[in-house]
Amino acid sequence: MNYWGIWAIYCHEMERTFRTVGQSIASPVLSTVLYFVVFGTAIGSRISDVDGVQYGAFIIPGLIMLTILGQSISNASFGIYFPRFTGTIYEILSAPLSFAEICIGYVGAAATKSFMIGLIVLITANFFVTFHIQHPFWMMFFLIMTCVTFSLLGFIIGIWADGFEKLQLIPLLIINPLTFLGGSFYSINMLPGIWQKISLLNPVVYLVSGFRWSFYENSDVSITTSVVMISVFMFLCLAIIAWIFKTGFRLKN
Amino acid sequence: MTSAISVQKLEKIYDNGFKALDDVSLEVERGEIVALLGPNGAGKTTLISTICGIVNATSGKINVFGYDNQKDYRKARSCIGLVPQELTTDAFETVWHTVSFSRHLFGKSSNDDYIESLLKSLSLWDKKDNQIRMLSGGMKRRVMIAKALSHEPEILFLDEPTAGVDVELRKSMWQLVRKLRETGVTIILTTHYLEEAEEMADRIGVINNGKMIVIEDKKKLMKKLGKKELVLELYSPISEIPEALCGFDLHLKQDGHQIIFTYDPAKQDNGVVTLLDQLKAHSVKCKDFNTRQSTLEEIFVQLIGEK
Repeated sequence: MNYWGIWAIYCHEMERTFRTVGQSIASPVLSTVLYFVVFGTAIGSRISDVDGVQYGAFIIPGLIMLTILGQSISNASFGIYFPRFTGTIYEILSAPLSFAEICIGYVGAAATKSFMIGLIVLITANFFVTFHIQHPFWMMFFLIMTCVTFSLLGFIIGIWADGFEKLQLIPLLIINPLTFLGGSFYSINMLPGIWQKISLLNPVVYLVSGFRWSFYENSDVSITTSVVMISVFMFLCLAIIAWIFKTGFRLKN
Repeated sequence: MTSAISVQKLEKIYDNGFKALDDVSLEVERGEIVALLGPNGAGKTTLISTICGIVNATSGKINVFGYDNQKDYRKARSCIGLVPQELTTDAFETVWHTVSFSRHLFGKSSNDDYIESLLKSLSLWDKKDNQIRMLSGGMKRRVMIAKALSHEPEILFLDEPTAGVDVELRKSMWQLVRKLRETGVTIILTTHYLEEAEEMADRIGVINNGKMIVIEDKKKLMKKLGKKELVLELYSPISEIPEALCGFDLHLKQDGHQIIFTYDPAKQDNGVVTLLDQLKAHSVKCKDFNTRQSTLEEIFVQLIGEK
Protein backbone atom coordinates (compact mmCIF):
# COMPACT_ATOMS: atom_id res chain seq x y z
CA MET A 1 0.00 0.00 0.00
CA ASN A 2 1.37 3.41 -1.00
CA TYR A 3 0.32 5.35 2.14
CA TRP A 4 2.51 8.34 1.26
CA GLY A 5 0.84 8.58 -2.12
CA ILE A 6 -2.68 8.44 -0.67
CA TRP A 7 -1.75 11.02 1.97
CA ALA A 8 -0.22 13.30 -0.68
CA ILE A 9 -3.41 13.29 -2.79
CA TYR A 10 -5.60 13.73 0.29
CA CYS A 11 -3.55 16.68 1.62
CA HIS A 12 -3.28 18.23 -1.84
CA GLU A 13 -7.08 18.21 -2.17
CA MET A 14 -7.65 19.48 1.36
CA GLU A 15 -5.16 22.30 0.80
CA ARG A 16 -7.15 23.30 -2.27
CA THR A 17 -10.25 23.46 -0.08
CA PHE A 18 -8.61 25.73 2.46
CA ARG A 19 -7.04 27.85 -0.26
CA THR A 20 -10.52 28.57 -1.60
CA VAL A 21 -12.32 28.66 1.72
CA GLY A 22 -14.86 31.24 0.56
CA GLN A 23 -16.06 29.13 -2.34
CA SER A 24 -15.57 25.76 -0.67
CA ILE A 25 -17.02 26.31 2.77
CA ALA A 26 -18.49 29.79 3.29
CA SER A 27 -20.66 29.68 0.16
CA PRO A 28 -22.59 26.44 0.90
CA VAL A 29 -22.96 27.44 4.55
CA LEU A 30 -24.40 30.83 3.57
CA SER A 31 -26.87 29.19 1.16
CA THR A 32 -28.06 26.86 3.90
CA VAL A 33 -28.40 29.72 6.37
CA LEU A 34 -30.63 31.51 3.84
CA TYR A 35 -32.81 28.39 3.60
CA PHE A 36 -33.16 28.40 7.39
CA VAL A 37 -34.00 32.09 7.47
CA VAL A 38 -36.57 31.86 4.65
CA PHE A 39 -38.13 28.42 5.12
CA GLY A 40 -37.39 27.83 8.77
CA THR A 41 -37.89 31.17 10.46
CA ALA A 42 -39.94 33.38 8.09
CA ILE A 43 -42.30 30.94 6.31
CA GLY A 44 -41.83 28.06 8.77
CA SER A 45 -43.48 29.97 11.62
CA ARG A 46 -46.73 29.95 9.61
CA ILE A 47 -46.57 26.24 8.75
CA SER A 48 -47.98 23.72 11.19
CA ASP A 49 -45.82 20.98 12.76
CA VAL A 50 -44.96 17.97 10.60
CA ASP A 51 -45.20 14.59 12.34
CA GLY A 52 -45.09 16.45 15.63
CA VAL A 53 -41.91 18.36 14.79
CA GLN A 54 -41.78 22.13 14.40
CA TYR A 55 -41.29 22.87 10.64
CA GLY A 56 -38.04 24.82 11.16
CA ALA A 57 -36.52 21.83 12.93
CA PHE A 58 -38.14 19.32 10.54
CA ILE A 59 -36.22 20.65 7.54
CA ILE A 60 -32.77 20.52 9.23
CA PRO A 61 -31.90 16.91 8.20
CA GLY A 62 -33.19 17.54 4.67
CA LEU A 63 -31.20 20.76 4.33
CA ILE A 64 -28.02 19.10 5.56
CA MET A 65 -28.60 16.27 3.04
CA LEU A 66 -29.31 18.78 0.29
CA THR A 67 -26.00 20.51 0.99
CA ILE A 68 -23.77 17.48 1.41
CA LEU A 69 -25.16 15.66 -1.64
CA GLY A 70 -24.30 18.61 -3.86
CA GLN A 71 -20.99 19.27 -2.17
CA SER A 72 -19.84 15.64 -2.23
CA ILE A 73 -20.55 15.36 -5.94
CA SER A 74 -19.02 18.69 -6.90
CA ASN A 75 -15.91 18.25 -4.71
CA ALA A 76 -15.09 14.77 -5.95
CA SER A 77 -15.99 15.37 -9.60
CA PHE A 78 -13.96 18.59 -9.75
CA GLY A 79 -11.11 16.99 -7.79
CA ILE A 80 -10.47 14.32 -10.44
CA TYR A 81 -11.68 16.27 -13.47
CA PHE A 82 -9.39 19.27 -12.90
CA PRO A 83 -6.10 17.31 -13.20
CA ARG A 84 -7.55 15.62 -16.29
CA PHE A 85 -8.36 19.02 -17.73
CA THR A 86 -4.98 20.58 -16.94
CA GLY A 87 -2.98 17.46 -17.77
CA THR A 88 -1.46 17.01 -14.31
CA ILE A 89 -3.20 13.62 -14.11
CA TYR A 90 -0.09 12.20 -15.85
CA GLU A 91 1.71 12.36 -12.53
CA ILE A 92 -0.97 10.42 -10.67
CA LEU A 93 -1.23 7.76 -13.39
CA SER A 94 2.53 7.29 -13.68
CA ALA A 95 3.04 6.99 -9.90
CA PRO A 96 3.17 3.58 -8.22
CA LEU A 97 -0.42 3.96 -7.01
CA SER A 98 -3.23 1.46 -7.46
CA PHE A 99 -6.56 2.81 -8.67
CA ALA A 100 -8.04 2.05 -5.27
CA GLU A 101 -5.38 4.25 -3.64
CA ILE A 102 -6.06 7.08 -6.08
CA CYS A 103 -9.77 6.75 -5.31
CA ILE A 104 -9.20 6.74 -1.53
CA GLY A 105 -7.15 9.95 -1.80
CA TYR A 106 -9.65 11.90 -3.90
CA VAL A 107 -12.89 10.50 -2.47
CA GLY A 108 -11.54 10.67 1.08
CA ALA A 109 -10.76 14.37 0.70
CA ALA A 110 -14.09 15.16 -0.97
CA ALA A 111 -16.02 13.25 1.71
CA THR A 112 -14.05 14.94 4.51
CA LYS A 113 -14.88 18.36 3.11
CA SER A 114 -18.59 17.52 2.77
CA PHE A 115 -18.61 16.06 6.28
CA MET A 116 -17.09 19.28 7.63
CA ILE A 117 -19.70 21.35 5.80
CA GLY A 118 -22.47 19.08 7.11
CA LEU A 119 -21.30 19.62 10.69
CA ILE A 120 -20.94 23.39 10.17
CA VAL A 121 -24.51 23.54 8.81
CA LEU A 122 -25.72 21.51 11.78
CA ILE A 123 -24.02 23.89 14.23
CA THR A 124 -25.34 26.91 12.29
CA ALA A 125 -28.90 25.49 12.44
CA ASN A 126 -28.60 25.51 16.20
CA PHE A 127 -28.60 29.31 16.10
CA PHE A 128 -31.96 29.45 14.29
CA VAL A 129 -34.05 26.56 15.63
CA THR A 130 -34.12 24.27 18.63
CA PHE A 131 -33.68 20.56 17.93
CA HIS A 132 -32.46 17.41 19.59
CA ILE A 133 -30.65 14.48 18.00
CA GLN A 134 -32.20 11.23 19.28
CA HIS A 135 -29.63 8.83 17.74
CA PRO A 136 -26.24 10.55 17.36
CA PHE A 137 -24.54 7.31 16.21
CA TRP A 138 -27.01 6.79 13.36
CA MET A 139 -26.87 10.48 12.52
CA MET A 140 -23.09 10.19 12.07
CA PHE A 141 -23.52 6.91 10.20
CA PHE A 142 -25.88 8.42 7.62
CA LEU A 143 -23.82 11.58 7.37
CA ILE A 144 -20.56 9.71 6.69
CA MET A 145 -22.15 7.10 4.39
CA THR A 146 -23.83 9.83 2.33
CA CYS A 147 -20.64 11.90 2.08
CA VAL A 148 -18.61 8.87 0.96
CA THR A 149 -21.23 7.42 -1.40
CA PHE A 150 -21.95 10.68 -3.20
CA SER A 151 -18.26 11.50 -3.36
CA LEU A 152 -17.84 8.15 -5.12
CA LEU A 153 -20.62 9.20 -7.50
CA GLY A 154 -18.88 12.54 -8.02
CA PHE A 155 -15.61 10.74 -8.75
CA ILE A 156 -17.38 8.69 -11.44
CA ILE A 157 -18.87 11.85 -12.96
CA GLY A 158 -15.43 13.52 -12.91
CA ILE A 159 -13.95 10.63 -14.87
CA TRP A 160 -16.89 10.34 -17.26
CA ALA A 161 -17.15 14.07 -18.05
CA ASP A 162 -15.19 15.32 -21.04
CA GLY A 163 -16.12 18.97 -20.60
CA PHE A 164 -17.26 21.39 -17.91
CA GLU A 165 -20.84 21.20 -19.17
CA LYS A 166 -21.02 17.46 -18.57
CA LEU A 167 -19.48 17.97 -15.17
CA GLN A 168 -22.53 20.06 -14.21
CA LEU A 169 -25.08 18.06 -16.18
CA ILE A 170 -25.85 15.23 -13.76
CA PRO A 171 -25.75 17.35 -10.57
CA LEU A 172 -28.03 20.01 -12.05
CA LEU A 173 -30.45 17.91 -14.08
CA ILE A 174 -30.68 14.75 -11.99
CA ILE A 175 -29.31 15.14 -8.47
CA ASN A 176 -30.87 18.53 -7.69
CA PRO A 177 -34.44 17.54 -8.70
CA LEU A 178 -34.09 14.21 -6.89
CA THR A 179 -32.91 16.02 -3.76
CA PHE A 180 -35.71 18.60 -3.81
CA LEU A 181 -38.27 15.88 -4.46
CA GLY A 182 -36.65 13.55 -1.92
CA GLY A 183 -38.50 14.93 1.08
CA SER A 184 -35.99 17.55 2.16
CA PHE A 185 -38.74 20.08 2.82
CA TYR A 186 -41.72 17.77 3.41
CA SER A 187 -42.67 14.30 4.48
CA ILE A 188 -43.69 12.11 1.55
CA ASN A 189 -46.72 11.09 3.65
CA MET A 190 -48.06 14.56 2.81
CA LEU A 191 -48.22 13.60 -0.91
CA PRO A 192 -51.25 11.99 -2.65
CA GLY A 193 -51.10 8.15 -2.85
CA ILE A 194 -49.64 7.71 -6.35
CA TRP A 195 -46.93 10.35 -5.76
CA GLN A 196 -45.93 8.60 -2.56
CA LYS A 197 -45.28 5.43 -4.58
CA ILE A 198 -43.40 7.31 -7.29
CA SER A 199 -41.30 9.04 -4.61
CA LEU A 200 -40.13 5.64 -3.39
CA LEU A 201 -38.22 5.28 -6.67
CA ASN A 202 -36.11 8.24 -5.62
CA PRO A 203 -33.01 7.01 -3.72
CA VAL A 204 -32.65 10.35 -1.94
CA VAL A 205 -35.93 9.69 -0.09
CA TYR A 206 -34.24 6.84 1.80
CA LEU A 207 -31.27 8.99 2.77
CA VAL A 208 -33.36 11.92 4.01
CA SER A 209 -35.78 9.61 5.76
CA GLY A 210 -33.06 7.66 7.57
CA PHE A 211 -31.20 10.83 8.48
CA ARG A 212 -34.40 12.46 9.79
CA TRP A 213 -35.16 9.35 11.82
CA SER A 214 -31.81 9.72 13.60
CA PHE A 215 -32.94 13.21 14.67
CA TYR A 216 -36.64 12.82 15.52
CA GLU A 217 -37.40 9.10 15.33
CA ASN A 218 -39.96 9.61 12.59
CA SER A 219 -39.38 8.54 9.02
CA ASP A 220 -41.11 7.91 5.69
CA VAL A 221 -39.56 4.45 5.30
CA SER A 222 -38.10 2.04 7.82
CA ILE A 223 -34.56 2.68 9.09
CA THR A 224 -33.50 -0.79 7.86
CA THR A 225 -34.64 0.05 4.33
CA SER A 226 -32.68 3.31 4.48
CA VAL A 227 -29.51 1.52 5.62
CA VAL A 228 -29.90 -1.16 2.93
CA MET A 229 -30.52 1.45 0.21
CA ILE A 230 -27.50 3.61 1.04
CA SER A 231 -25.33 0.47 1.25
CA VAL A 232 -26.61 -0.78 -2.12
CA PHE A 233 -25.95 2.62 -3.68
CA MET A 234 -22.44 2.68 -2.27
CA PHE A 235 -21.62 -0.80 -3.61
CA LEU A 236 -23.06 0.16 -6.98
CA CYS A 237 -20.71 3.16 -7.14
CA LEU A 238 -17.78 0.98 -6.04
CA ALA A 239 -18.63 -1.57 -8.75
CA ILE A 240 -18.68 1.15 -11.45
CA ILE A 241 -15.37 2.54 -10.21
CA ALA A 242 -13.85 -0.96 -10.21
CA TRP A 243 -14.95 -1.33 -13.84
CA ILE A 244 -13.48 2.09 -14.74
CA PHE A 245 -10.18 1.11 -13.15
CA LYS A 246 -10.12 -2.25 -14.83
CA THR A 247 -10.78 -0.89 -18.30
CA GLY A 248 -8.96 2.45 -17.93
CA PHE A 249 -12.14 4.15 -19.20
CA ARG A 250 -11.46 7.84 -20.06
CA LEU A 251 -8.15 7.68 -18.19
CA LYS A 252 -5.83 5.34 -20.03
CA ASN A 253 -7.42 4.69 -23.42
CA MET B 1 22.49 -7.94 -16.92
CA THR B 2 18.83 -6.96 -17.18
CA SER B 3 18.04 -4.09 -19.53
CA ALA B 4 16.77 -0.86 -18.04
CA ILE B 5 13.81 -1.03 -20.40
CA SER B 6 12.65 -3.88 -22.57
CA VAL B 7 9.72 -3.32 -24.91
CA GLN B 8 8.50 -6.22 -27.00
CA LYS B 9 5.99 -6.12 -29.85
CA LEU B 10 4.13 -3.20 -28.37
CA GLU B 11 0.88 -2.19 -30.01
CA LYS B 12 -1.48 0.60 -29.05
CA ILE B 13 -4.82 1.23 -30.71
CA TYR B 14 -6.83 4.07 -29.19
CA ASP B 15 -10.58 3.84 -28.66
CA ASN B 16 -11.16 5.90 -31.79
CA GLY B 17 -9.37 3.22 -33.83
CA PHE B 18 -6.13 5.15 -34.33
CA LYS B 19 -3.10 2.86 -34.30
CA ALA B 20 -0.44 4.85 -32.46
CA LEU B 21 2.10 2.06 -31.99
CA ASP B 22 2.62 -0.84 -34.33
CA ASP B 23 4.82 -3.76 -33.26
CA VAL B 24 7.41 -1.59 -31.51
CA SER B 25 10.36 -3.31 -29.83
CA LEU B 26 13.10 -1.53 -27.94
CA GLU B 27 15.90 -2.40 -25.53
CA VAL B 28 17.53 0.33 -23.47
CA GLU B 29 20.64 -0.50 -21.49
CA ARG B 30 21.45 0.93 -18.08
CA GLY B 31 23.11 4.32 -18.11
CA GLU B 32 22.70 5.07 -21.81
CA ILE B 33 21.01 8.01 -23.45
CA VAL B 34 18.57 7.13 -26.19
CA ALA B 35 16.99 9.79 -28.38
CA LEU B 36 13.70 9.06 -30.11
CA LEU B 37 13.12 11.06 -33.25
CA GLY B 38 10.03 11.29 -35.35
CA PRO B 39 7.60 13.75 -36.88
CA ASN B 40 4.55 15.01 -34.98
CA GLY B 41 2.06 12.21 -34.32
CA ALA B 42 4.65 9.52 -34.99
CA GLY B 43 3.97 7.76 -31.66
CA LYS B 44 6.87 8.97 -29.51
CA THR B 45 4.73 10.30 -26.67
CA THR B 46 2.42 7.28 -26.79
CA LEU B 47 5.44 5.00 -26.46
CA ILE B 48 6.67 6.92 -23.42
CA SER B 49 3.18 7.10 -21.90
CA THR B 50 2.70 3.36 -22.31
CA ILE B 51 6.02 2.55 -20.65
CA CYS B 52 5.21 4.94 -17.78
CA GLY B 53 1.74 3.42 -17.25
CA ILE B 54 -0.26 6.46 -18.33
CA VAL B 55 -1.72 4.66 -21.32
CA ASN B 56 -2.77 0.99 -21.50
CA ALA B 57 -1.07 -1.05 -24.20
CA THR B 58 -3.32 -3.00 -26.57
CA SER B 59 -0.76 -5.82 -26.75
CA GLY B 60 2.91 -6.41 -26.14
CA LYS B 61 5.17 -6.53 -23.14
CA ILE B 62 7.11 -3.91 -21.19
CA ASN B 63 9.71 -4.63 -18.52
CA VAL B 64 11.49 -2.02 -16.44
CA PHE B 65 14.63 -3.43 -14.81
CA GLY B 66 13.00 -6.82 -15.26
CA TYR B 67 9.71 -5.81 -13.64
CA ASP B 68 6.59 -6.24 -15.75
CA ASN B 69 4.93 -2.83 -15.93
CA GLN B 70 1.49 -4.40 -15.45
CA LYS B 71 2.03 -7.14 -12.87
CA ASP B 72 4.84 -5.42 -10.93
CA TYR B 73 3.69 -1.92 -11.74
CA ARG B 74 4.70 -0.48 -8.37
CA LYS B 75 8.32 -1.55 -8.71
CA ALA B 76 8.43 -0.69 -12.41
CA ARG B 77 6.98 2.81 -11.99
CA SER B 78 9.11 3.57 -8.92
CA CYS B 79 12.18 3.42 -11.15
CA ILE B 80 10.85 5.99 -13.62
CA GLY B 81 10.67 9.77 -13.65
CA LEU B 82 8.81 11.54 -16.43
CA VAL B 83 9.09 15.09 -17.73
CA PRO B 84 6.09 15.51 -20.02
CA GLN B 85 5.95 17.60 -23.15
CA GLU B 86 3.41 20.09 -21.80
CA LEU B 87 4.14 22.35 -18.84
CA THR B 88 1.37 20.86 -16.75
CA THR B 89 1.62 21.92 -13.14
CA ASP B 90 -0.73 23.16 -10.50
CA ALA B 91 -0.30 26.90 -11.02
CA PHE B 92 -1.19 27.88 -7.46
CA GLU B 93 1.21 25.48 -5.74
CA THR B 94 4.65 26.62 -4.59
CA VAL B 95 7.75 25.05 -6.09
CA TRP B 96 8.65 23.35 -2.82
CA HIS B 97 5.15 21.92 -2.35
CA THR B 98 4.76 20.57 -5.84
CA VAL B 99 8.17 18.85 -5.80
CA SER B 100 7.47 17.35 -2.35
CA PHE B 101 4.03 16.25 -3.57
CA SER B 102 5.63 14.36 -6.46
CA ARG B 103 8.06 12.63 -4.12
CA HIS B 104 5.24 11.47 -1.84
CA LEU B 105 3.18 10.21 -4.78
CA PHE B 106 5.98 7.78 -5.47
CA GLY B 107 5.71 6.43 -1.93
CA LYS B 108 8.79 8.16 -0.55
CA SER B 109 8.86 9.93 2.80
CA SER B 110 9.89 13.58 3.05
CA ASN B 111 13.59 14.30 2.56
CA ASP B 112 14.13 18.03 2.84
CA ASP B 113 17.89 17.75 2.31
CA TYR B 114 17.44 15.95 -1.00
CA ILE B 115 14.75 18.34 -2.25
CA GLU B 116 16.96 21.27 -1.26
CA SER B 117 19.96 19.91 -3.16
CA LEU B 118 17.74 19.10 -6.16
CA LEU B 119 16.29 22.61 -6.28
CA LYS B 120 19.75 24.10 -5.90
CA SER B 121 21.14 21.98 -8.73
CA LEU B 122 18.33 23.25 -10.98
CA SER B 123 18.78 26.87 -9.87
CA LEU B 124 15.31 26.84 -8.32
CA TRP B 125 16.24 27.30 -4.68
CA ASP B 126 15.56 31.05 -4.72
CA LYS B 127 12.11 30.36 -6.13
CA LYS B 128 11.14 27.58 -3.73
CA ASP B 129 8.35 29.61 -2.09
CA ASN B 130 7.04 31.13 -5.32
CA GLN B 131 3.80 29.96 -6.85
CA ILE B 132 4.43 28.19 -10.15
CA ARG B 133 2.26 30.66 -12.05
CA MET B 134 4.79 33.37 -11.16
CA LEU B 135 7.66 31.57 -12.91
CA SER B 136 8.96 31.99 -16.43
CA GLY B 137 8.56 29.21 -19.03
CA GLY B 138 12.15 28.10 -18.55
CA MET B 139 11.76 27.95 -14.78
CA LYS B 140 8.56 25.96 -15.15
CA ARG B 141 10.45 23.51 -17.33
CA ARG B 142 13.02 23.13 -14.54
CA VAL B 143 10.22 22.56 -12.03
CA MET B 144 8.93 19.74 -14.23
CA ILE B 145 12.40 18.18 -14.17
CA ALA B 146 12.64 18.63 -10.39
CA LYS B 147 9.28 16.89 -10.00
CA ALA B 148 10.43 14.00 -12.17
CA LEU B 149 13.66 13.64 -10.17
CA SER B 150 12.02 14.12 -6.76
CA HIS B 151 11.83 10.38 -6.05
CA GLU B 152 15.38 9.66 -7.22
CA PRO B 153 14.48 7.59 -10.29
CA GLU B 154 16.93 5.39 -12.16
CA ILE B 155 15.31 6.11 -15.51
CA LEU B 156 14.32 9.55 -16.74
CA PHE B 157 12.01 10.18 -19.67
CA LEU B 158 12.29 13.62 -21.20
CA ASP B 159 9.52 14.26 -23.69
CA GLU B 160 10.76 17.15 -25.80
CA PRO B 161 12.53 18.80 -22.87
CA THR B 162 13.82 21.77 -24.81
CA ALA B 163 10.76 22.56 -26.89
CA GLY B 164 10.24 26.31 -26.85
CA VAL B 165 13.21 27.17 -24.64
CA ASP B 166 16.00 29.57 -25.53
CA VAL B 167 19.47 28.47 -26.60
CA GLU B 168 21.05 29.19 -23.23
CA LEU B 169 18.52 27.15 -21.32
CA ARG B 170 18.75 24.37 -23.90
CA LYS B 171 22.47 24.13 -23.34
CA SER B 172 22.06 24.12 -19.58
CA MET B 173 19.51 21.29 -20.01
CA TRP B 174 22.07 19.33 -21.99
CA GLN B 175 24.58 19.86 -19.21
CA LEU B 176 22.05 18.65 -16.69
CA VAL B 177 21.33 15.52 -18.73
CA ARG B 178 25.05 14.76 -18.94
CA LYS B 179 25.38 15.23 -15.19
CA LEU B 180 22.49 12.87 -14.60
CA ARG B 181 24.02 10.26 -16.84
CA GLU B 182 27.24 10.51 -14.82
CA THR B 183 25.23 9.53 -11.75
CA GLY B 184 24.04 6.41 -13.59
CA VAL B 185 20.58 7.57 -14.65
CA THR B 186 19.30 6.05 -17.89
CA ILE B 187 17.78 8.72 -20.12
CA ILE B 188 15.29 8.44 -22.94
CA LEU B 189 14.46 11.68 -24.67
CA THR B 190 12.27 12.62 -27.56
CA THR B 191 13.12 15.66 -29.55
CA HIS B 192 12.49 17.53 -32.76
CA TYR B 193 15.94 19.06 -32.58
CA LEU B 194 18.23 16.72 -34.45
CA GLU B 195 21.16 18.72 -33.23
CA GLU B 196 20.09 17.77 -29.71
CA ALA B 197 20.01 14.06 -30.53
CA GLU B 198 23.35 14.33 -32.29
CA GLU B 199 24.85 16.14 -29.31
CA MET B 200 23.45 13.98 -26.51
CA ALA B 201 22.47 10.50 -27.52
CA ASP B 202 24.40 7.24 -27.51
CA ARG B 203 21.72 5.62 -29.64
CA ILE B 204 19.02 7.02 -31.86
CA GLY B 205 15.62 5.57 -32.64
CA VAL B 206 13.43 6.87 -35.43
CA ILE B 207 9.67 6.40 -35.16
CA ASN B 208 7.22 7.08 -37.94
CA ASN B 209 3.54 6.13 -38.21
CA GLY B 210 3.82 4.13 -34.99
CA LYS B 211 6.67 1.95 -36.24
CA MET B 212 10.24 1.96 -35.03
CA ILE B 213 12.01 2.41 -38.35
CA VAL B 214 15.49 2.14 -36.95
CA ILE B 215 17.26 2.06 -33.61
CA GLU B 216 20.99 2.21 -33.86
CA ASP B 217 24.17 3.47 -32.26
CA LYS B 218 24.44 7.14 -33.27
CA LYS B 219 27.87 6.85 -34.86
CA LYS B 220 26.98 3.64 -36.67
CA LEU B 221 23.73 5.12 -37.90
CA MET B 222 25.48 8.16 -39.29
CA LYS B 223 28.15 5.98 -40.84
CA LYS B 224 25.65 3.53 -42.29
CA LEU B 225 23.15 5.97 -43.64
CA GLY B 226 25.25 9.09 -43.95
CA LYS B 227 26.35 10.07 -47.46
CA LYS B 228 29.35 12.21 -48.25
CA GLU B 229 29.59 14.98 -50.77
CA LEU B 230 32.69 15.92 -52.69
CA VAL B 231 32.51 19.56 -53.79
CA LEU B 232 34.80 20.41 -56.72
CA GLU B 233 35.51 24.06 -57.52
CA LEU B 234 36.21 24.43 -61.26
CA TYR B 235 38.66 26.79 -62.95
CA SER B 236 36.16 27.69 -65.60
CA PRO B 237 32.42 27.00 -65.58
CA ILE B 238 30.87 24.24 -67.66
CA SER B 239 27.35 24.25 -69.09
CA GLU B 240 26.71 20.54 -68.67
CA ILE B 241 28.30 17.44 -67.26
CA PRO B 242 30.17 15.44 -69.91
CA GLU B 243 28.17 12.45 -71.09
CA ALA B 244 30.94 10.03 -70.17
CA LEU B 245 30.46 10.98 -66.49
CA CYS B 246 26.76 10.16 -66.41
CA GLY B 247 27.45 7.03 -64.33
CA PHE B 248 28.41 9.23 -61.33
CA ASP B 249 25.91 10.94 -59.02
CA LEU B 250 26.88 14.47 -60.08
CA HIS B 251 25.15 17.85 -59.90
CA LEU B 252 26.21 21.19 -61.26
CA LYS B 253 25.94 24.19 -58.98
CA GLN B 254 26.97 27.86 -58.80
CA ASP B 255 26.26 28.42 -62.50
CA GLY B 256 28.57 25.61 -63.50
CA HIS B 257 31.43 26.64 -61.19
CA GLN B 258 30.88 23.66 -58.86
CA ILE B 259 30.40 19.94 -59.34
CA ILE B 260 28.89 18.06 -56.40
CA PHE B 261 29.57 14.34 -56.24
CA THR B 262 27.50 12.36 -53.71
CA TYR B 263 29.01 9.03 -52.70
CA ASP B 264 28.81 6.35 -50.07
CA PRO B 265 31.93 6.57 -47.86
CA ALA B 266 31.37 3.06 -46.52
CA LYS B 267 32.06 1.49 -49.94
CA GLN B 268 35.56 0.24 -50.69
CA ASP B 269 35.45 1.68 -54.21
CA ASN B 270 33.56 4.89 -53.65
CA GLY B 271 34.36 6.31 -57.08
CA VAL B 272 36.28 9.41 -56.00
CA VAL B 273 39.58 8.46 -57.64
CA THR B 274 37.88 7.28 -60.83
CA LEU B 275 35.89 10.51 -61.04
CA LEU B 276 39.00 12.66 -60.63
CA ASP B 277 40.74 10.64 -63.40
CA GLN B 278 37.72 11.01 -65.69
CA LEU B 279 37.51 14.75 -65.09
CA LYS B 280 41.17 15.10 -65.99
CA ALA B 281 40.64 13.01 -69.13
CA HIS B 282 37.79 15.33 -70.19
CA SER B 283 39.88 18.43 -69.47
CA VAL B 284 37.68 19.58 -66.60
CA LYS B 285 40.18 21.29 -64.30
CA CYS B 286 39.60 21.75 -60.58
CA LYS B 287 41.16 24.51 -58.50
CA ASP B 288 39.87 23.35 -55.08
CA PHE B 289 37.77 20.69 -53.42
CA ASN B 290 36.29 19.76 -50.06
CA THR B 291 34.12 16.99 -48.61
CA ARG B 292 31.09 17.21 -46.37
CA GLN B 293 29.39 14.50 -44.24
CA SER B 294 25.58 14.52 -44.34
CA THR B 295 23.97 15.66 -41.07
CA LEU B 296 21.61 13.69 -38.88
CA GLU B 297 18.85 15.92 -40.17
CA GLU B 298 19.50 14.78 -43.73
CA ILE B 299 19.57 11.14 -42.58
CA PHE B 300 16.30 11.66 -40.74
CA VAL B 301 14.62 13.23 -43.76
CA GLN B 302 15.95 10.38 -45.89
CA LEU B 303 14.58 7.74 -43.48
CA ILE B 304 11.17 9.35 -43.15
CA GLY B 305 10.99 9.83 -46.90
CA GLU B 306 11.84 6.21 -47.63
CA LYS B 307 9.09 4.75 -45.41
